[in-house]
Amino acid sequence: MWRTATVVAVRDETATARTITMEVPDWPGHLAGQHVDVRLTATDGYSAARSYSIANAPNSGMRVELTVERLPNGEVSPYLTQELRVGDQMEIKGPVGGWFVWQPQQTEPIQLLAGGAGLVPLMAMIRSRQSAGCAAPFRLLYSVREPEAVLYSDELRVLSENDRGVALTYAYTRSAPKDWPRAPGRIDASLIANTSWSSTAGPTCYVCGPTSFVERASNLLIASGYSPDRIRTERFGPTGEQR
Amino acid sequence: MPIISRGFAGRRTEADVKLPPGQYLTTDFPVLSAGPTPRVSLDKWEFSIDDGTNVLRRWDWKSFHNLPAENFTVDLHCVTRWSKLGTSWEGVSLDTLLADVKTNAQYALANSYGGYTTNLPLADLMNKQAWIAFKFDDEDLAPEHGGPARLLVPHLYLWKSAKWVRGITLMDKDRPGFWESLGYNNYGDPWREQRYQGN
Repeated sequence: MWRTATVVAVRDETATARTITMEVPDWPGHLAGQHVDVRLTATDGYSAARSYSIANAPNSGMRVELTVERLPNGEVSPYLTQELRVGDQMEIKGPVGGWFVWQPQQTEPIQLLAGGAGLVPLMAMIRSRQSAGCAAPFRLLYSVREPEAVLYSDELRVLSENDRGVALTYAYTRSAPKDWPRAPGRIDASLIANTSWSSTAGPTCYVCGPTSFVERASNLLIASGYSPDRIRTERFGPTGEQR
Repeated sequence: MPIISRGFAGRRTEADVKLPPGQYLTTDFPVLSAGPTPRVSLDKWEFSIDDGTNVLRRWDWKSFHNLPAENFTVDLHCVTRWSKLGTSWEGVSLDTLLADVKTNAQYALANSYGGYTTNLPLADLMNKQAWIAFKFDDEDLAPEHGGPARLLVPHLYLWKSAKWVRGITLMDKDRPGFWESLGYNNYGDPWREQRYQGN
């Protein structure tokens, strides 16, 4: 069932990513980690649909937030990140997905591994934790191209300063801030060992990002002792190199 | 009448290609899986057909490769809305694997290394509609695409084509698999756009 969504706010997160806040009057609610299908229809009836992760916490009433990364040759993402403005309408279906979700009744430690825009559904989990007032300890390892590409940077900074329950580690792949302790590069075994929950703490792990990142991250986790059945993954983008 | 999105033009360069509703064309080969990619060594690999109680057929990697293999070219449709056309595979037809199996079962549950499962009517595995594939584009099937071997049932959404397949259980009664228990459609016909429960 397609529902009509009306844009009530847009916010640029980076040069290529934008957060879109929509109001969906009959929204049934969602879980952190789920996604929606978005359908755009042109005046002549031509339509195109894509899936996007939900970014906001579950108990947001009729509001649904998406953060969309613009793909250079995309059909839908350039429209959403450049053309769309407040008052515009589109259709959404969902929420979809019952596996890559975190729910506030989970009490075990949570390890999040984000690659680029893969942060979006993991951010929904962090926001869900905050809004539900949960004590489950979270750790986030966020692999990102460069400081300018960091999503939700202010919110993450405030969070890591004020909440000891959410530990945040950035791993820059192309360029790092001046005097950053780690040379830019892909995540590796020592970074996992130094910043992630030990498998003996019984964590559940959520990994989201481009396929190359998810493959690498989950292989590193397994090599460090994680059982594959404690690792949930969500992959997007082409098979090739990370954007 | 759908809602019009102001200023959306879309791209129509693929007008001559017939795709199932709501799909877009990709030339890449995206990867989607619920967990880490299992590593299955060929000397441990096996594929079996059982009826829930007894193993009816079993092959190891060597005996599986003694079966007659086929080359086939099919279109793939993923529920996440990408379609990839004209993909070339090599594998063994389920018609070959089920040839001498006597059963009254109506349903099948494919199960995989790593624990994944997916269900479908047994009839959808027969009559040149399904294969256990071990080569893609003349190369050994890569682990992230389901290697050493995966089920391919291209007339259904791709989640039915279980990666890292290790066996098929024949069942009298239907039983939902992994995604079928998590909100996805029980059958998954892309041409009828059966993506989710209730479609």
